[in-house]
Amino acid sequence: MALPAYATPGERIAYYALRLFVGLVLLFLISPILAIMPLSFNSESFFTYPMPGFSLKWYIGDEGFFTNGRWTGALYLSVIVAVSTTALASVLGTLAALGLARANLPGRAAIMAVLISPMIVPVIISAIGLFFFYASPWVGLNGTIPGIILAHTALATPFVVITVTATLMSFDRTLMRAGASCGAPPHTVFFKVVMPLILPGVISGGLFAFVTSFDEVIVILFIGGPEQRTLPRQMFAGIREQISPTITAAATVLILFSTALLITVELLRRRAERLRGIRN
Amino acid sequence: MAVIDAAASDTVMRAADGTPLKKKLRQAERREQLRALMLIAPLFLFIVVTFLFPIGSMLERAFYDSDVADNLPRTKALLANWDGKEVPGEDVFAAFAADMKAASKVKTVALIGKRLNYEIPAFKSKVVATGRKIDKVEQGPWKEAIIGIDPIWGEVGTWAVVKRSARSFTPFYLLGVLDLRQAADGSIERMPADRAIYVQILGRTFGISFLVTLCTLILGYPVAYLLATIPQRHASILMIFVLLPFWTSLLVRTTAWTILLQDGGVFSQVIHLTGITWLLNVLGLVDGEPQLFKTRFATVLAMTHIQLPFTLLPIYSVMKTISPTYMRAAKSLGGKPFYSFLRVYMPQTMSGVAAGCLLTFILSLGYYITPALVGGGTDSMIAGFIDTAMNSEANWGKASALGFMLLASTLVLYYVYNRLIGIDRMKLG
Repeated sequence: MALPAYATPGERIAYYALRLFVGLVLLFLISPILAIMPLSFNSESFFTYPMPGFSLKWYIGDEGFFTNGRWTGALYLSVIVAVSTTALASVLGTLAALGLARANLPGRAAIMAVLISPMIVPVIISAIGLFFFYASPWVGLNGTIPGIILAHTALATPFVVITVTATLMSFDRTLMRAGASCGAPPHTVFFKVVMPLILPGVISGGLFAFVTSFDEVIVILFIGGPEQRTLPRQMFAGIREQISPTITAAATVLILFSTALLITVELLRRRAERLRGIRN
Repeated sequence: MAVIDAAASDTVMRAADGTPLKKKLRQAERREQLRALMLIAPLFLFIVVTFLFPIGSMLERAFYDSDVADNLPRTKALLANWDGKEVPGEDVFAAFAADMKAASKVKTVALIGKRLNYEIPAFKSKVVATGRKIDKVEQGPWKEAIIGIDPIWGEVGTWAVVKRSARSFTPFYLLGVLDLRQAADGSIERMPADRAIYVQILGRTFGISFLVTLCTLILGYPVAYLLATIPQRHASILMIFVLLPFWTSLLVRTTAWTILLQDGGVFSQVIHLTGITWLLNVLGLVDGEPQLFKTRFATVLAMTHIQLPFTLLPIYSVMKTISPTYMRAAKSLGGKPFYSFLRVYMPQTMSGVAAGCLLTFILSLGYYITPALVGGGTDSMIAGFIDTAMNSEANWGKASALGFMLLASTLVLYYVYNRLIGIDRMKLG
C-alpha cells in the first residue's frame, strides 16, 4: 500500500500519522523486553541507565544464574517437569486429535469442550481445585514432582490438541487410502505416511506444551512444596521479596529461549506449508 | 406387495459373505467411530479425573460446609425443631455441652469457632474459651452454666446463627461475595457497609479488564491494519515485534515491568527525558515525579502490553482476508478515504475485533500475577482476593465462592465467544 502520486494532503498526513503511530506501538511492545536485557550485565545492583560498568557476575558470580545453587536447582527442576509434561501431553493430545479428526463423531463439540477446558478455566481456579484434590488423603500429591507434572500436563494438552487438529484439517486423507491400497498395514501407513506429514504440527504442539509448563507459576505456588522451586516460582519469590539483578539475568535467558522457540515454530510452519505444497 | 419386496431384495448389493453392502458400510462406520473414541478416551478420562473433578469438588465448597454439622450433631438435631423466637431450652444447652466436650477431645472446637466467626465478628475466641471452660463443668443445669461462661449464649441471634450454619448446604458464601447475608429470620439483607467489599472488587475486575481491552484495541487495530496492507516481506519483519513479546513468558514481561516501573527506574527516566513528566507537572496532574509503581496505571500499562498481541492477531488474520479491491471500489464510486474506510473496510473487520477483544477481556478477568506484582496488593483483582481468602484467611468457602463467580463470568463469555467465532478455531500465534 504505497502512497499513490495523486494522494491528497489529507491522505499524506494520514499515511505518515499511521506509520508514526504504529512505530510507537511496536516500540512499546518490544522496548520492555529489550530494556531489561542490558541491565543483567550491570556491575552494580540497581536498575537504571546509564550503567556504571559491565559485568557477568549475575550470570557466573556467587549469585549468578548459572552458578548459584538455588537458580541452577530451579532451572534443573523446571526442565525435568517441562520435558515430562511435553512427552505426556504430546502423546495424549496427538492421539485425541487423531480421534477427533475422524468424520461424523457423535458429540464432537462436547468432547472438544472437555478437552480444551484447562485452557479456558482461569489458572487460579485450576490451582485451587488441584490443591484440594491433591490434599485429599487418597491422592496426596501436594509437594511432589509427579503431582506437578500431572497438573502441567492437564494445562498443556489443549494446546497440543488444537495445534494437531489444525494440522489434520489440511491433511489429505486419501493419502492414507493410497498407502493402504499399496498394501501397507495400518501402523505402517501411520508411521510412514501420516506421521511425517503431521509431525510439524505435533512438534509445534509439543513446544507449546513445553512453554506452558516452563512458564507456569500460579499452580506451582499452590501445589508445590518448599523444595519444589521451579524457575518461575524462584523468579516470583525473588520479585516479591527482594529484587536482585539475577532476576534480570534469568529473564534475559528466558527471552533468548523464547526467541529460539519462535524461530523454530516459524521454520516448522514453513516446512509444513512446503510439504503440503501450499504457497502464498 | 410380496412380489415387489422379493424383487427389491434381489437387487440389493451384497458383499462376498452375503451381507448387504449398506449393512457392511454401517458396520465399518461404527468400527471407525469406536476407534476414534478409543483414541480420544485416554485424554478425555485424564482431563475428567485430574482436572474437571477437582474443580467440581472445589466449587462444591462454595455451597457445602459441614464443619458445624459434623461437630455439633446433637445440637443440630434439636435446633431443627427450635422456632427461633426465644433462647432454646435446657435440652439444647445439654446437647451443646455434650457436643462441645466431644469436640474438645478431638480438637475441632476451633473449626466450629472459625465458621461461626464469619457471621459474628470476634466470636472464634469466645467459642474456644467456652469449649475450654465447659470441659471442666461436670454437671448441669447446662443453660445457666453456659450463659454464665459467656452471656452471648443467652442471645437469640447467636442460636439463629448456630442453627443456620449447622445446615451443610449453605448459601452463606455465595451471598457473602455478593455483599449479602441472611438475617436472623432467614431473609436476605445487605451486608453492613464496612464489610461490603466484594461487589466493588467484581466491579473493579470488570472495569480494569474493560479498560485493558479498550487500550489493546486502540493500539492494536492500526498496527493490524498496517501489517495487513503492506507487502508481506515487510509485514513479516514487523510481525517479530508482535510475536516476540507474545512468546515471551508472562512472568518475564511482568518482571520487566516491575523493574522498569520502580521509583526512579528506567520508565521514570524515559518520561523525564521525553518531557512527559514536565508536561504532567505543567498540567497540574502530578507534583514532581509521578508515582508509577504499585498504581492502577501500572497494572493497566503492563496488562495492556501483555494482552496486546492477543487482541491484535485475530484482527490481523481477518484483515488479511479482506481484498484491497473493496476499498478501491469504494473510492472509485466517489467515497472519501475516511468515509470508505469507516463504511466499507471497518465493518468487514468486526469479526476479528470481536474475537480479539473477547479473548483479551476473558483472559484479563483471571489475571493474578501482574496485578499482584506491578499493581501492589491494595488494588488486586478478583484472582488476588481468591489467593488472599485461600492463603491468608484460610476461608475455603469464600475462596470457592469467589472462584465460582470468576468461573461463571468466564464461561458465559466463552459461550458468547464460541457462538461468534468457534472455540477450536482459536489461533495460537
